[in-house]
Amino acid sequence: MRLRYPTNIKIIKVPCSGRVAIIHMLKALEEGADGVIVAGCLEGDCHYQSGNLRAKKRVIYVQEVLEKIGMEAERVAMYNLSAGDGPRFAEIAREMTEKVKELGPSPIKNAKKLASKKSKVEVAA
Amino acid sequence: MIMARPKPIEEIIDEIKDFNKVLIAGCDGCVTVCEAGGVKEVQVLASALRLYFTKENKRMEIDETSLTRQCDKDYLHELLDKIDDYDAIVSLACGAGVQFMAEMYRKKPIFPGVDTCFIGVTEERGVWAERCQACGQCILASTGGICPISRCSKRMLNGPCGGSEKGKCEISPDTDCGWHLIYERLKELGQLDFFAEPTDPKDWVSSRDGGPRKIVREDVRL
Repeated sequence: MRLRYPTNIKIIKVPCSGRVAIIHMLKALEEGADGVIVAGCLEGDCHYQSGNLRAKKRVIYVQEVLEKIGMEAERVAMYNLSAGDGPRFAEIAREMTEKVKELGPSPIKNAKKLASKKSKVEVAA
Repeated sequence: MIMARPKPIEEIIDEIKDFNKVLIAGCDGCVTVCEAGGVKEVQVLASALRLYFTKENKRMEIDETSLTRQCDKDYLHELLDKIDDYDAIVSLACGAGVQFMAEMYRKKPIFPGVDTCFIGVTEERGVWAERCQACGQCILASTGGICPISRCSKRMLNGPCGGSEKGKCEISPDTDCGWHLIYERLKELGQLDFFAEPTDPKDWVSSRDGGPRKIVREDVRL
């Protein structure tokens, strides 16, 4: 289809969005990801019956955790689209990238950079 | 099993904010079953805490572990070699586990990571309900296997009371009347004579009225 979508997205394939656990989303943020999309099948169309509904609940859980620790809940989002809907995927990728750009870089990434600079200075001193 | 629910993360942050290296210790027993303090919950809590403290530019190391049981010294011993590496421990075990850990590692601040709620059952995934209050003198034999101490809001030994309506308790339409359940079950079992027979007052000394309880069995002591 030769669709264009931002190159800064790293895709991790899983057999079903139901495979995505809370810890996977948190780990991605811990590693410095600016945002996380969980892309599941359309509701009612899950190949494994309710995987996408479980994923939805987990995404909401992570969003609540982020709010409680003072991070933007919008950094994590659930989207539902069918496997054959390439154009929609590209659209979502652009949409999320824009949203995250508006939010700015992840505070974790910034803090980590600062910490590593500090430790380098300490070593140099 | 003992049922607990996770403490709000804000509360845990407040407990540990003044330390620099903290261990989150889960328990693979009851709290794993009620999804409050097992390996998975340890991972999620530790990750969320790391995110928070990193964001706040606070130097904080958070490590994770989970013990087979925290209500057992043999398993608590597993922390002996590494406990001194940490400034504090957040235990996701029930209140008993947290206390036993504190007893064993007297110089280490131990904080609870869950709120321990009751002895209960898993009615369905995500729904846990109370079934036993550990009163120390089981009367289930005469109540159709349904406990009036834990299922009746007033813990009445002879019920139901006037607050029972259409099988529900007056405290909430979502709460079954324990004595209604007992009556229905005894009827099903053909044991309504138990229902007709008044239950004598209970000796609450075996419950909390006798102070902290202890079981000492010489037959199994080493």
